[in-house]
Parts: sequence; C-alpha cells; structure tokens
Amino acid sequence: MSSVVLITIISLSLLGIIAALILYFVAQKFKVYEDPRIDKVEEALPGANCGGCGFAGCRNFAEAIVKSETFEGLNCPVGGAETMARVAKILGREAPEVEPRVAVVRCNGTPENRKRTSYYDGATNCTIVHNLYGGETGCPYGCLGLGECVEACDFDAMYMDNKTGLPVVIDDKCVACGACVKACPRNIIELRKKAKKDRKIYVSCVNQDKGGPARKACKVACIGCGKCEKVCDYDAITIENNLAFIDSDKCKLCRKCVSECPTGAILELNFPPRKTAEKKEPEKAEA
Amino acid sequence: MLKTFPKGGVHPPENKLSEGAPIDILPLPEQVVIPINQHLGAPAEPVVEKGESIKAGQIIARSKGFVSANIHSSVSGKVLKIDKMPDSSGYKQTCIVIKVEGDEWLETIDRSGELKKDISLAGEDIIKKCAEAGIVGMGGATFPSHVKLSIPPGKKCDVLIINGVECEPYLTSDHRLMIEKPEELLTGISLLMKALGVEKAMIGIENNKKDAINKLRELVPGYKGISVHALRVKYPQGAEKQLIKALINREVPSGGLPVDVGTIVHNVGTAFAVYEAIQKNKPLVERVVTVSGKDMGKPLNLLTRIGTSINNLIEYTGGLVDSTAKVINGGPMMGKALSLIDVPVTKGTSGIILLREEESRRKKTGPCIRCSKCVSVCPMGLEPYLLMTVIEKELFERAEKERIMDCMECGSCSFICPANRPLLDYIRLGKASVGKIIRERKQK
Repeated sequence: MSSVVLITIISLSLLGIIAALILYFVAQKFKVYEDPRIDKVEEALPGANCGGCGFAGCRNFAEAIVKSETFEGLNCPVGGAETMARVAKILGREAPEVEPRVAVVRCNGTPENRKRTSYYDGATNCTIVHNLYGGETGCPYGCLGLGECVEACDFDAMYMDNKTGLPVVIDDKCVACGACVKACPRNIIELRKKAKKDRKIYVSCVNQDKGGPARKACKVACIGCGKCEKVCDYDAITIENNLAFIDSDKCKLCRKCVSECPTGAILELNFPPRKTAEKKEPEKAEA
Repeated sequence: MLKTFPKGGVHPPENKLSEGAPIDILPLPEQVVIPINQHLGAPAEPVVEKGESIKAGQIIARSKGFVSANIHSSVSGKVLKIDKMPDSSGYKQTCIVIKVEGDEWLETIDRSGELKKDISLAGEDIIKKCAEAGIVGMGGATFPSHVKLSIPPGKKCDVLIINGVECEPYLTSDHRLMIEKPEELLTGISLLMKALGVEKAMIGIENNKKDAINKLRELVPGYKGISVHALRVKYPQGAEKQLIKALINREVPSGGLPVDVGTIVHNVGTAFAVYEAIQKNKPLVERVVTVSGKDMGKPLNLLTRIGTSINNLIEYTGGLVDSTAKVINGGPMMGKALSLIDVPVTKGTSGIILLREEESRRKKTGPCIRCSKCVSVCPMGLEPYLLMTVIEKELFERAEKERIMDCMECGSCSFICPANRPLLDYIRLGKASVGKIIRERKQK
C-alpha cells in the first residue's frame, strides 16, 4: 500500500520537474523583451481607457510614450499635468508643459433665443435628426438637444439643462477627453484652453449663414459682422463663413469683444461683475 | 390570381383621394427657386449669371460628370440671385432664383398638344437627348435616366419594365398621367425600348387603378412589344427589385442592379418626360404633383413648374387647413416631413400630403418583444429588429454582415411594429455609417 503512494509521489514529482525544465527552456528561447517602464507608466496613468489621448487604451498610450523620444503629440488629457509629470519622472525626461483644456458647447439656442419651427417625435438620437433634416428650429447648425454628447461622456461631466434644452459641461469634472466632440454630429463642442477660475470667453454660435437668415433663426446668432475682429488687440479673432472664432490660445480674456458684439453671441463666463473690470481697463469706457 | 412579389409587404390604407381629379395646370408663380442638386450624383454647375434674362427651357446649370443631370429654367424671366437657400430638408444648398416675367419659351420647343408617334432618332441619339434634357427618375429616387439607359459593356437587357404601380398611399400623379396621356406614354415607352434595343416592354400597374389598366390595354395593340399587367395591391410593389420579382420572377442579387438580371425599370413619369424631350424637344421643367389630405377641400393633381414653392401648391388647393399637423414631401410611407413649406418643388417631388394630427403623431415606443412582425413584412428578407439593436450598439461590422445595405428604406417594419419602435430611423443611421465604412475601405 505504502509503495503505491511512494511510486505515485515520485513519478508525479519527476513529471513535474521534467515539465518545468521544458517550460523553462522554452521560455528562455522565446522570450520577448518588454520595456519594464511600460508597466510602470501604465500604472501611473488613470486607467480610464477613455481614448481621449487618441489611443485605444492606457496600455497603448504607455507603449507609445515609452517608444517615442519626445512627448510631442502625446498627452493624457484626463490625468493632466500631474500625471504627465509622473510619467516623465519614470522615463527620466522633462515633463512638457500641457495646458489643460475643457469642453465648451458653442450654442446658446435656448427656447427664448431660438424659436421652434417644427416638432420632432422620432428616435431620440442627434445623428438621426441631423441626417434627416435641419432640426426643430430654424437654425440648421445649432444644437439639436437630444443629448448624444451627454451619453458619450464617461466622466459624468455633462448634463442636459431642461430649461434651455442645451447640454452643460461641468468644468471641474471635464477632463477634455474629446468624446463629446466626436459624438456631436454638428461639431458644436470645442476643446478650449482652461483659464484661471474657469473664466471663458467664446463665440457661442456655429451658424454660418449671413446676418439676416442667422438672426432670423436665433436672436443670439453670430452674424459675422467683424466688429469683434477689429476690436481685438491680440489677433485672436478670425471670421470665416460669416462666423467669428476666438482662438483660445491667443485670447487674453480682456473682454473687449464681448461688449462689442451686437447680438450677444460672445459669452463671458465666471468673470467678476463688469464694474470692477471697467475700472481696471480705462480704455473700455471710451468704447 | 394576380401577380405580386412573394416576400413581405404591407397594406397601408390607400386613401387615393385625388384619383378622380384631372391634371390641373398651376398658375405661374412670381418667382421660382431652382436647386442645382435635384438628382442623385454630382450637383450641376450654374451657367447663368445674376441679372441675365432667360427663357423657359433654357439650360441654367450643366451636369458635372456622367452621373449628374442638366437643369433647365422652368420659366422665363430674370435671374435674381444664385444663393444658398433651404431645400426640403431644411438645409441650405445653392439655388438659382428666377423672377418670372411673362411666359416665353425657347423657339425650338414644341408646346402644342399634338401627338407625335413617329420615331426618327437612333437609340444612341435618344440617350444623348435624354441626358441633354436633364431627365431623371421621376418616381422619387431621381437617378439620372441616361445613366440607366447606357447599359454597361458585357451586360444584356432583354425586357424593359415600366413602373405604373404607384403603391404609396395618397399619390395619384402617375395614375392620372396614365389615364390622360396614354398615347404619349406609350410612345415614350417605345422610345425607351429603342434606346435600350429591347423588343419587349411590360407595364406593371396595381389593380386599384382599373381605369388606367383598361385604357392602356385598349391602346397597346397599336404599339409593338408592349404589354400591360395588373398586379395585386401590396406595398412596396413600386420598388424596383420587388416589381422585377413580381413581373418576370427574377431576383436581383444583393448589391446588384436590375441590369444584372437583364432588365431595366423606368417610371411612367419618366417615360412621359422622355416622350416630351425627344418628340417635342422639351426638357424636364415641369411635373405632375399630387396635393392631397383628408381635410383638404379639393385634393388635386397639379402640373407644376420645377422650382415653384410648395406653399403655392397648398395655397392653390385652398390653403393649409387648421387640422394639419404634418406636411409630407412625397408619399406618407417613404416621404419626408417638411420643416418649412416655402421650399421648391424639385424633379423628384411626387406629392405633397397634409396629414392630420392622429395620422402623423408617433405613438409611444415600447420594448421589442421579438414578435418578428418586422421580419415577416420586410420585402428584402432582412431582420429589422436585429439591425436596430446592432446599430444602437454601434456594431457596424455586424450590421454589414446582416446586409443592412440591402434595405431600401420602404418603412414597412416601422409601419407594422406593434411597439412603435423607430426601426427605420436606426437602420437609416446604420446605412449611413456602414456606407461610410465601405467607401473608406474602397479608397484604401
């Protein structure tokens, strides 16, 4: 009886040793060298796999960043400067200066500003409506209000405002991954440079019609008059296809253009009330 | 037993309210807005300038490329502007706006009602003249006719099918054309036969248009090779592939064209336009439009100049009634609701339907219970419930495998669904996305 147990133990142990040896040599022979830094970098990344960097997931991004010599074009918008600094430390390079960005909805077509001209009761999907017709209002460029961007957001950084019918970005939660930008069939959402205290100045309109039709469709449409372009001291504003655009990289948030705009298409957000601002800028009083 | 297509199909209420109304001529509008893209394919290029005086029938935009069509002025007058104007989709496209002054036509155009039956032109010249006259498929798809008539090398066509089915509810423009212009129509068919070099033509008409069937049957002995066939009433029999299956029992392969099974299908409206273009030298500048609706005073069939505002048509028939909830461009099954009614009639506008609230409002959507009614009515043999699900989940490759591109958007699935699911909406979305993927793959 005991011999049977003994034989079993010995034979199985031998089998195990032989298999282990085979496995060891095979592993040696077919070894794939992988940079250990990839694992470290991946650990330092947020691990959301959101795709905001342009890669399929955090692992792919880590591989790319280890392989590349510079950080050019590689940035994790979710982690921001902090994460990138950590990654840089792992790789022994200098961290690039990355300006944090935030998503901005460039449409202010609330029911008061933009009259409803038709009623849609089909499938609730922005792309379907966009492919079908101009939308419930007279503006064929503006927000359709069915919330495809909100659905696309992985970070709960957007919600639909029931009163205005427009999506709202929660600045603190937005990581500028760009998922909403891709989801919007009308290219209304833009990633803009994040300024101090979430201050923002932007043209809240994407209507490319001439003044008359644009104004008819929406009270606060950009009519492409060019006043803001003239008043801007920093060449931050360009006008193309009857639509003004403020380059957030050049804009110094001086607010001159806001008061110049005849339709109120340029919005200023999170600024202190005007009065104090005018004291600081005496030029404003003249204009 | 009358012939029909075997797979699927539905029976929407016919509501052919205007079938007794003779074709009426709509008075000239004050101005017309003619879009440069009224057909499938490349938009035409304007060849007139602002301020230019033009005559009716004069070419105002020339086709760009083979799959494109010429556009002619439907009125005489002055070009007010060439600008972006909203079309029936609510989006803007380049249009030529002409202020109407008098009604002067080009001298070459024969506007008398005299019937010209003798065919003098050779087949090739007929095709050339069709292209010159800007003729497109009048059934609604607006595919340039000369492209269809030019059979690609290596392919053969032995029978011409003429589509007089008009299976959409409400629409009666083709029906009236068959009753009122039968001789012109048959001459047009003979012209098409000559252009294609076929000996046989079959006219398919649904059995709810007995007067048209009888009228054409009376006259066909005078024309060689043409026969008239009554078909069982079933939607969407007017679809090309379904009509081919019903009439000659051939099945167009997936992704293929009718010419692959040796046939070409043309609409009766197109045949009439071909007659006018060849025998009367008149380009495609007007068409019959049905204006109909249950609460309307007098549903009518109107001979309308292309570019007339849809508003004019509605005003002529008595104006918008209060109970109108939806205005549809085309038939109620495949047509599109209009968000603006001040948009022009184009070559493909077959009807303007005013629907009541209860006819138009979509009911509340429920969950899919896999009853498979949509599967049994799909004339293409697809599984609409499955397609909708995979598109919602953005599984475009799976959708392609499930043959989403075979869908012709007839809407039978959405019509029959007891849970009122927006099946076609999602399938359309999927077709757009899958089509894009296929195009990208081809470019590589």
